[in-house]
Amino acid sequence: MSILMKRRAVLLGSGALMLGACSKIQQSDAGRGLFESVDDWHKGLQRFVRARDALAREYAPEDISPFFRGNGSTDPQNDGYPQHAANGFADWRFTVTGLVERPLSLSLDQIMRLPQRTQITRHDCVEGWSAIGQWTGPQLSTFLDLARVRDSANYIVFRCADDYTQGRYYESIDMIDALHPQTIIAHRLNGEPLPIRNGAPLRARVERQLGYKHAKYLTGVEAVASLDDIGLGKGGYWEDYGGYQWYAGM
Amino acid sequence: MTGDRERNRHAAPTRIWHWINLIAIVVLFMSGLNISNAHPYLYWGEWGFAPEQAWLEVPRFPGWMTIPGFYSLAKARDWHLLMAFPFAFGLLGMWIAMLWNGHFGRDLMTGKREWRWQAIRKDIFQHLRFDFSHGESKYNFLQKLAYGLVLGVLLPGMVLTGMAISPGMDAAFPWLLDIFGGRQSARSIHFLFAWGLFGFFVIHVALVLLTGPIGHLRSMTLGGDHQPANPPFAKTDTGDPA
Repeated sequence: MSILMKRRAVLLGSGALMLGACSKIQQSDAGRGLFESVDDWHKGLQRFVRARDALAREYAPEDISPFFRGNGSTDPQNDGYPQHAANGFADWRFTVTGLVERPLSLSLDQIMRLPQRTQITRHDCVEGWSAIGQWTGPQLSTFLDLARVRDSANYIVFRCADDYTQGRYYESIDMIDALHPQTIIAHRLNGEPLPIRNGAPLRARVERQLGYKHAKYLTGVEAVASLDDIGLGKGGYWEDYGGYQWYAGM
Repeated sequence: MTGDRERNRHAAPTRIWHWINLIAIVVLFMSGLNISNAHPYLYWGEWGFAPEQAWLEVPRFPGWMTIPGFYSLAKARDWHLLMAFPFAFGLLGMWIAMLWNGHFGRDLMTGKREWRWQAIRKDIFQHLRFDFSHGESKYNFLQKLAYGLVLGVLLPGMVLTGMAISPGMDAAFPWLLDIFGGRQSARSIHFLFAWGLFGFFVIHVALVLLTGPIGHLRSMTLGGDHQPANPPFAKTDTGDPA
């Protein structure tokens, strides 16, 4: 019995030691560097085992979930967004800027006249839940071709209209995901104009990554060479303020 | 006698993998409980996002059970995604090693004769009397069954369900969604298998404590022969352990 109790004490002690070690590792520079490399390893592994343009599964209409949950910002109140919502986003502009030869500023009517892609896909939130919806909109590559994106562009930054608790939302993806056929700027969900909780009037779909990459309330995209000068430099709102992984394919 | 000693030795790959895997599994389990707290509902099929669709509302796990010791989905994911590598590639390496060095065929694979109800019942009753004598082979039937379930089902199941939860892996291997019946089913199975492994861990540690823990720890670390000793209160039938 005393041996058992001693053993239990040793186990509890080493458990506590490990927990302490874990938080020490996480707070150190080396620890943070390690976790950023882990994100790169997952990106590298996924891209190694996957064709560049491998598609996320597309579902049948009967698989669509009866409701599409909204998360994060679901009803922005800042910088005139409510006024845009009130007049049906008639004056909304979507810009393509940064490392492009021909910057664009498009109305929703112009966007709807571009070639469209419709896809029924599963949305996976980092928290764990999933919903299935049908999305319609032009491929991001269509905009980048129209604006003649420069070879020096390495990332596409999504610019958004909503302030979340710490500031303006933004996200970014690299050119492999930006040019992927399922990466679209969606303006319809299940055949209807995008609801406000799901990002009206425009949201990104990045189907091989988790939900926080699918930026909502889009005002434009910006082609950049590096993410260092965007926000706090980690490439997205949740990456900057929440410590989340930039590559969110897992 | 030399043959016996060789037979009872843990091979180097087994010893190395055992301890790496222990660290990986403890961190994965505890960070996984933190991740569970982010959305403590489990569903079947491809989708599910609200309590009314859930088949299980998971209790909230307290800080002493989780890594880190406070709720942080981002930090828990850091640990979970880090340890996924030694866990998955370690398991792959262990399988290659035990097929290569014969550990699987010699010690773990069961024969037709062992699946007879008479023999299984005898084994169960022997265990209930805390008599863990092995007879001639390295492991008895119940041990082979437990290790087989862990190495062949639960551990690879954790890797595959973990991959099926990843949208990026689903694009590479869409069959992952088919074998588990959807992403949310895979997530549910990931959770159930994790607790299955926890159950194995408890029984495994208890049996090690009952059958000479110091010898077990030494042989799993340094190698060398270790015959498990029955606890003093074991009731053996005869002097012959077979």
